Amino acid sequence: MGTLLLAAIALAGAPAASVVYIVAAELALGRLAVRPRRALRPWVWLAPALAFVAVFLVYPTLDTVVLSVRDATGAAWIGLANYAFALGSRDALIALRNTVIWLVLFTGLVVGGGLGIAALAERVRYDAAVRGIVFLPMALSFTAAGVIWKFVYEFRPAGAPQIGLLNAVLGAAVPGFEPRAWLVGPPWNTLLLIAAGVWTWVGFATVVFAAALKAVPAEIAEAARVDGAGEWRVFRQITLPLLGPTTGAVATAMVITALKVFDVVYVMTSGNFDTDVLATRMYHALFVDQHLGRAAALAVILLAATVPVMAVNLRRLRREAAAR
Amino acid sequence: MRVLRRAPVHLVLWLVGAAWLAPVVGLLVSSLRPAPDVAASGWWTVLRHPAFTLANYRDVLTAQGLGVGFLNSMAIAAPATAIPLLIAAYAAYAFAWMAFPGRGALFALMVMLLAVPLQTTLVPVLRLLTAAGLTGTFPALWLAHTGYGLPLAVFLLRNFIGGLPPDVLDSAAIDGAGAAQTFFRVVLPLSRPAVASLAIFQFLWVWNDLLVALSYLGGRPSVAPLTVTIAGLVSSLGSGWHLLTAAAFVSMALPLAVFFSLQPYFVRGLVAGAVKD
Repeated sequence: MGTLLLAAIALAGAPAASVVYIVAAELALGRLAVRPRRALRPWVWLAPALAFVAVFLVYPTLDTVVLSVRDATGAAWIGLANYAFALGSRDALIALRNTVIWLVLFTGLVVGGGLGIAALAERVRYDAAVRGIVFLPMALSFTAAGVIWKFVYEFRPAGAPQIGLLNAVLGAAVPGFEPRAWLVGPPWNTLLLIAAGVWTWVGFATVVFAAALKAVPAEIAEAARVDGAGEWRVFRQITLPLLGPTTGAVATAMVITALKVFDVVYVMTSGNFDTDVLATRMYHALFVDQHLGRAAALAVILLAATVPVMAVNLRRLRREAAAR
Repeated sequence: MRVLRRAPVHLVLWLVGAAWLAPVVGLLVSSLRPAPDVAASGWWTVLRHPAFTLANYRDVLTAQGLGVGFLNSMAIAAPATAIPLLIAAYAAYAFAWMAFPGRGALFALMVMLLAVPLQTTLVPVLRLLTAAGLTGTFPALWLAHTGYGLPLAVFLLRNFIGGLPPDVLDSAAIDGAGAAQTFFRVVLPLSRPAVASLAIFQFLWVWNDLLVALSYLGGRPSVAPLTVTIAGLVSSLGSGWHLLTAAAFVSMALPLAVFFSLQPYFVRGLVAGAVKD
């Protein structure tokens, strides 16, 4: 009960304290001459945010780079041994391979699926309902999605009634189908984990593509149709090129999502049966092996993989600023 | 002819709809069936022998600790949503309407931090929180989630606040309002839609988080939020699906309520937030 009270106090007190801080700081600024007031004021407003970001993002990121060349407790410098381990052991290589599979398949399926569903839904009257249904899983945690899909993949030996949807559907549809324990063996387990991830995220891509499709001028497509172009050609040669920037934005977001994927693997297989990804491997290094250096090296590999994404984001920011 | 040509489109969309809904319906149905039924037959056969019970929910909420988990999730997510919003709005106001040296570079830093995977911060933040004696406590999560949520919040609010009409802010200044008055009386009320979307995103993000809670709370049941409790049940219950489905549904109840009641804000918030780490 004490913790709940504390939470209530924090809920009301922290925003109130921040208001008091701003008002008090502005009163103090009011006593200064115009020039120092102008110079100081932005920093007063920025300070709380910058402090949090410095402590929880900037310093930790730099410190992780330093820790990645240190030993299990962070005490002694050991060169690149952690990276050699991260890139050399069998477990780590499997995690690396799976992360690459996630990057390619998850990103591709979310982008392709979202575009496909949005383009098809645009042609029917119940488009909002379709978008609503595929967007619904976005509200759920990967933990809940993990339980949902683990249940879909549930296996009972042949002969017993199947209670998992996948084995039941395949058993009914495919003659002579033998039910399988999907999650215990590669390559199916990783592919089916990715399917659960795609189920969760496709709604995001669908909504973004639907908005972009609405912005495509109808006259251009209409003119092409009058000239005798079929639906598919109109889509491929007119609509698709116009969706380039949107596709790029969705793909970057999905690359980051795929890189840091953790929950769905942790909940459904705990990384067993060769389903580990970099993030679960890192969790293992940190909390099971208790090796700070190795955990940090894996984190740096993740970070390095996001650098191109950061560059893309920055370029887009600069372009938007220039357009303003 | 037209109907026939359109048939594949309808077929694909109905299949997609079914594939997206069936797993959720299966979860809900199973959570309401008696344990022996769930283990013996598929949930889609429920109409052949309809039998429903709330016993699974009673069990998970008390014996399996999900009642406590629900309160903990609430106690973690509410402050972790309230704390960063105002702080981000202050910074966004400064970025949008004040001139200072290094403004472009600092904002570019925020955009870069958007892409930093949370995992990169895990080890050092854990060491900081341990040194401060905060591991295993709610304040650890409030502070960490505030830090993790800020770049996105600052980024989105800056874009929104920067798009407010300059004459509104100018006329407030002419009326003699200081920066604080202008912010609280003009900027913040006008930014309500952006703040609402952001609040929904941040709340759901924290509510659905597993990794941060698992790492900084250390899995103690008394402080564990729903996600951590459920992840634990998945390994301890194995195929006790009558309980696992009920447990998952307890964690989904609040997000689903938000989804159905605040859909426009919700969609905007989640779409904007998808770029987060």
